Amino acid sequence: MNTSELVERDVIERVLASALSRGGEFAEVFVEDRRTSSASLDQRRVEELSSGRDRGAGIRVVVGETTGFAHTADLSEQGLIDAAHAAATVARSGSSRTVTTSLGEHMSYVNQAEQPLGTVDKARKIEVLLRADDIARSTGGEITQVMVGLGESSRRILVANSDGVFRSDHQVRTRFNVQCVALGDTGMQTGYRPVAATRGFEILTDDAVAEAATGAARQAITKLAARPAPSGDLPVVLAGGSGGILFHEACGHGLEADAILKEASVYAGKAGQKVASDLVTLVDDGTVEGEWGYLAMDDEGRAAGRNVLIENGVLTDYMWDFLSARRQGRASSGNGRRQSYQHLPMVRMTNTYLLEGPDTPEDIIAQTPRGVYVAQLGGGQVNTATGDFVFGMTEAYLIEGGVITTPLRECNLIGNGPEVLQRVDAVASDFSMTPGTCGKDGQQVPVGTGQATMRLSSVTIGGTAA
Amino acid sequence: MSELLTIAESVVERAVGDEQLEVYVSSGIDTEVQAYQGEVEKLTTATSAGIGIRVLVDSPQGARVGTAWAGSLDAEAIDEALREARDNVAFATEDEFIGFATPDGVAAASLTLVDEGVTTTSLDDKIALAIDLEKIVRTADARIRQVDSANYSDYVAQAAIASTMGIRATYERSGAYVSVEAIATDSSGDQTGWGLSAGRAPHELDIDKAAADAVRRATRMLGAIKPASMRGVAVFDPRTTATLLAIIGGALSGSAVVRGRSFFADRIGEKVAVEDFSLLDDPTDPRHFGASIFDGEGLACRRNVLIDHGRLQGFVYDTESARRAGTSSTGSAARGGIAGSPSASCRALQLAPGAFTQADILAQVGDGVFVESLTGVHSGVNPISGDFSVGITGLMIRDGQLAEPIREVTVASTLQRMLLDVTHVGNDVEWLPGVAAGQTLAVGDIALSGS
Repeated sequence: MNTSELVERDVIERVLASALSRGGEFAEVFVEDRRTSSASLDQRRVEELSSGRDRGAGIRVVVGETTGFAHTADLSEQGLIDAAHAAATVARSGSSRTVTTSLGEHMSYVNQAEQPLGTVDKARKIEVLLRADDIARSTGGEITQVMVGLGESSRRILVANSDGVFRSDHQVRTRFNVQCVALGDTGMQTGYRPVAATRGFEILTDDAVAEAATGAARQAITKLAARPAPSGDLPVVLAGGSGGILFHEACGHGLEADAILKEASVYAGKAGQKVASDLVTLVDDGTVEGEWGYLAMDDEGRAAGRNVLIENGVLTDYMWDFLSARRQGRASSGNGRRQSYQHLPMVRMTNTYLLEGPDTPEDIIAQTPRGVYVAQLGGGQVNTATGDFVFGMTEAYLIEGGVITTPLRECNLIGNGPEVLQRVDAVASDFSMTPGTCGKDGQQVPVGTGQATMRLSSVTIGGTAA
Repeated sequence: MSELLTIAESVVERAVGDEQLEVYVSSGIDTEVQAYQGEVEKLTTATSAGIGIRVLVDSPQGARVGTAWAGSLDAEAIDEALREARDNVAFATEDEFIGFATPDGVAAASLTLVDEGVTTTSLDDKIALAIDLEKIVRTADARIRQVDSANYSDYVAQAAIASTMGIRATYERSGAYVSVEAIATDSSGDQTGWGLSAGRAPHELDIDKAAADAVRRATRMLGAIKPASMRGVAVFDPRTTATLLAIIGGALSGSAVVRGRSFFADRIGEKVAVEDFSLLDDPTDPRHFGASIFDGEGLACRRNVLIDHGRLQGFVYDTESARRAGTSSTGSAARGGIAGSPSASCRALQLAPGAFTQADILAQVGDGVFVESLTGVHSGVNPISGDFSVGITGLMIRDGQLAEPIREVTVASTLQRMLLDVTHVGNDVEWLPGVAAGQTLAVGDIALSGS
């Protein structure tokens, strides 16, 4: 099915006209047809294969500073008109008027997936899950449990608005993960590795599956020897890849224009100012093809962009969606995203990463007399108004005398964004990225984070050891 | 509501041969208002509906299940979901423990979980709640610089479950909430505080209380410092205690336990907590926001004692985990909406009230930390290993009184130790939205990481 056929042009034009018939300056129709498929293997049992389909439209009407929104699973013209009227209830003082809207040329983006959802035999998927289980178990006898998950989605979206925008996209994503439990004298420990991309099933090459399975198993086994993490301030070296979550939490959320315009971010009013060490050049980039946070266009029909947020420590710009940009009389930066047609778009990150620096990982570790080496970070959380954030370390080690030594039990690190950005004192050039899921106001979207091995001169480690 | 059951039954009647079908149908109406600077910033009104279908086919070594769902109830979507679910069956592993719930004769509690106030209250009155809430917070204290968000939301949700095993269940619930986040400021910088009020309908909401909570929390955090690292007693307020209980409840899920993925596995009968710690999951208690008549497989919800005076008494089970454990379902199946398959979950946890007021506890603790908010719970707590490390904000406790505010600090222990290190259980139970109610709870020997 061609995406432009989700709903016909003339139907959308009439729905937009109807949305604006009681007043309002802007109306938008967002149509989505998403298919998903998931499979889970638990202890060598294929627990279930599940298929899902979600299809509907979200309609918004903007009147002054107010947004009205309604969504419906009924894509008939009457269903859409009803939703348009519901969204238009915010234009309550407006008397009835006749509006015509005409859409521009339809523009359609094409997905790059070689094997999108629906093209790979289900039996083949089960083979891959079982293979990951085999490899994980063969890594060591300590592995007592293996869970493997596969999730695929095929999302066709259409954005049309009263400014004439008429664009569609087809986004294909595949996510695979392996979780292992190892049992030892000290109890159970867990290991986890994801593989995810804005591509099809082709990302699950033999090598990628083996690496995830081995990595998850090794991590669980290694952690059996873990001792309690220290408590207090220490230098922290973050391995390339998952450390990007630091920037996502420490400043990414605080650089989203909705927080800035409400002065609910420590970075409000700081454009042009030095906010980080010279080594920090931070970019949010939706254009990195295939990455987990990749978008041809955002969920407001704006082409994704590569936006430099911090350059050599100086805050250059924030991230913008349609509404926040409109309030400032500027253009969106392509950061308007939504979880589904049932949600309003808001400012969200895409792929957020730190550019490489001059150091090598080996030198950074060797030049750290005592500290913590974090091989993998888990999720994090931030209060944008105070800048205080936490993130979890799921695989970490002590650094003693410039050498990585004992593994540490899981714990959170805690810091303050503006302070921690000043403490980046070494960045290497072994750049890599990690997929993640970002939650904001109850909406989940896929994002990428990335960086090379780097060091923070001091962060608080939330462990229990003295 | 019977309309949903009719749809579910009509699909169940399409079962062919020896296949079994279980059909879950749900629908909902939602309203959400966000106020900002005296105006409506966002207004969402929505209706939604969906269906989840599970197909089970018996085989020599057990049974196989396939599932599918659709976010609408039109005939074409239902047909497609049924077709996909049937197609998925063949790829599942045969499993002797897989099976659908069978009616077990336990009578459903008589609970009214819907208040028609949600539907009879006008949109204007709902909008007024959000706008008034924002205004009260903005004018409550000169140090309140900003109200980041002031929200009103409500819903009415209905669901029906039918299966070829004879399950027929329908239920309905409503909820209404206001929440507000305030930013307070002084020469030391900004701090935030969050307030909430919840009920089954707008008339149960107390916007003054929600506003006062947000203002008090934000203003008393002003000037917060990072304290020195120490080891001592942490006193959790009712909200943060509810979060802790929800985490512990996760480890009491039969689905986690039968897979060996809980630090409680194989410990039935053991002393896992202090004498004063008695935890139960009781969805039949109408005061609890997690109250429910039926579980996610259509069995009656019931009262389950999990920890009795410190001794591990039992777990909550759905049908599959119960069969795996050699017992029967405790009516505790939960499903994450139409797309989720049932799994065992606590839904209405409550910790038996202790003998102490919060003031008693602070006085008896003498010195320690008072915890008002937790961050990084999803990244710092491992319910399998029991490792626990979370960021907090709160206040120091000195000489039995709340003292200076603290931030950028973590508390850490293990869940196993914390249960045995509880020193006081409060009597100040707050019924909060979510799977757990909460009260003040003091836990000794916690590591506090600061500077």
